[in-house]
Amino acid sequence: MSSDMYREQIIDLYEHPLNYGELESPDFSYEEDNPLCGDVVRIDVRLDDSGRVADVRWSGEGCAISQASASLLTEEIKGLTLEELQAFDKDTLLEMIGVPLSMARVKCALLSLKVLKAGAYHLPEPDVLRGDQSG
Amino acid sequence: MFDVDQLRQDFPILHTETRPGVPLVYLDSAASSQKPTAVIEAMNHYYRAQHANVHRGIHHLSEEATNAYEGARERIARFINAPDPATTIYVSNTTEAINLVAFSWGRANITTGDEILLTEMEHHANIVPWQMLAQEKGAIVRYLPFNEDGTLDLEQLSRFLTEKTKVFAFTAMSNVFGTITPVKQLVAAAHAVGAIAVVDGAQSVPHMPVDVQDLDCDFLAFSGHKMCGPTGIGTLYGKRELLEAMPPFMGGGDMIRRVTLEGSTWNELPWKFEAGTPNIAEGVGLGAAVDYLDDIGMDAIHAYEQYITGYALEALSEVKGLRLLGPNAAQKGGTATFTLAGMHPHDIAQLVDEDGIAIRAGHHCAMPLHHKLGINASARASFYLYSLPQEIDKLVASLERAKGVFRLGI
Repeated sequence: MSSDMYREQIIDLYEHPLNYGELESPDFSYEEDNPLCGDVVRIDVRLDDSGRVADVRWSGEGCAISQASASLLTEEIKGLTLEELQAFDKDTLLEMIGVPLSMARVKCALLSLKVLKAGAYHLPEPDVLRGDQSG
Repeated sequence: MFDVDQLRQDFPILHTETRPGVPLVYLDSAASSQKPTAVIEAMNHYYRAQHANVHRGIHHLSEEATNAYEGARERIARFINAPDPATTIYVSNTTEAINLVAFSWGRANITTGDEILLTEMEHHANIVPWQMLAQEKGAIVRYLPFNEDGTLDLEQLSRFLTEKTKVFAFTAMSNVFGTITPVKQLVAAAHAVGAIAVVDGAQSVPHMPVDVQDLDCDFLAFSGHKMCGPTGIGTLYGKRELLEAMPPFMGGGDMIRRVTLEGSTWNELPWKFEAGTPNIAEGVGLGAAVDYLDDIGMDAIHAYEQYITGYALEALSEVKGLRLLGPNAAQKGGTATFTLAGMHPHDIAQLVDEDGIAIRAGHHCAMPLHHKLGINASARASFYLYSLPQEIDKLVASLERAKGVFRLGI
């Protein structure tokens, strides 16, 4: 019996998440849950002077898919600009997760990206401007 | 007792596979039960031979459809021992039934400062309509707590149920813990302070004998799809004097006696609460479902579920790291809800699905309950008259396999 959805990397990341924690003074921070299953993800992002992601931490709890996704996503976005965060394609994240997901679980996989984008779009205006200037 | 293997022949879906070579093990009946051929055929027959709109036509078919639909209502009323079919209102489901009471009875009877008592283990369907009513009227919603073992904290009942309480709405069987609540005692306690008692029977009516006259409840709500019937149909039972005094829920055709441009007068019970063309085939299907359950006997079904639940709780308690929620088998209906250390319930449900096993994972529409337990979600296996001990053995084996995938010690 195969467990395609739970390849080694997913379980590894579930046990040893990357970029886990919180930032002291993030430029933006956002949290959301998936009410269906109770997954929660919070993402804190700090931008550097050029408006690129200098540091990122995520925290939360939930299923292996949502938690592994948050690790992979936060690893991938370091150095990206705000516009690049806003434009981050969901298929890119799904490819990074790299396992076949049922429809119900795609929501789990994309929770971290939803949080990241909501945070990136809700950034207060001066910070958005700073991000724009960098582009 | 009945022969479960033979009875399973009545349910075509139980003989399907989720993937080639992987037979379905359906342990999610508390969410929705499967349907026997008798119900499927009754609905097919209705559409093939009996369908027209009800209550309107002079023609033969309309009369036939009306007889099928109203005949089903009579059998549903008998099933819960309602004194009169006019007191059993067709609704879409339990949720609509409770909304009907909160909207119609609630708006006419609840004022500022009144208290609405619920319990901490209610399904959202028995929380949200009351919160909406309370918000509109300036009323207060209170919650009777539950104990650590998932039973209601009855010692605190007199503190929560007071002269200020106008309505006490509670579940007869928790959809998470499976706890069977002492309905008759709770109804009597509500009446003693002058409150009405609204019983959420979504989980109890499918699984045990329910007699509304014996319980003396003012309202009882339940859904057809959890008791071998189709989706889209359910019943609200109410005491006649309450229903008669209540304003309609929805306006439209079928619920009126006379309409003029200045205003309208209402139809008599039960149609006052049934606006528009109803779910006729579904009503017919629910009638066939109660016939099916009646033939087997609700006492026998309840006894079998007690057996299978006891078997499940014992088998699951052998799984290391597994924590069962709720009381022991004697105090509960056919559910086994649990958490597994180191695994999120969604991952559990996903992995056992690979073995063809259907269980539910999440908060089961009871977020306050899970919040109090300090967890976000749980996994729930639930049973019905067609569940087999071998299916529980398969679940246990599959859980051990899932733990292996997550590298948890066996």
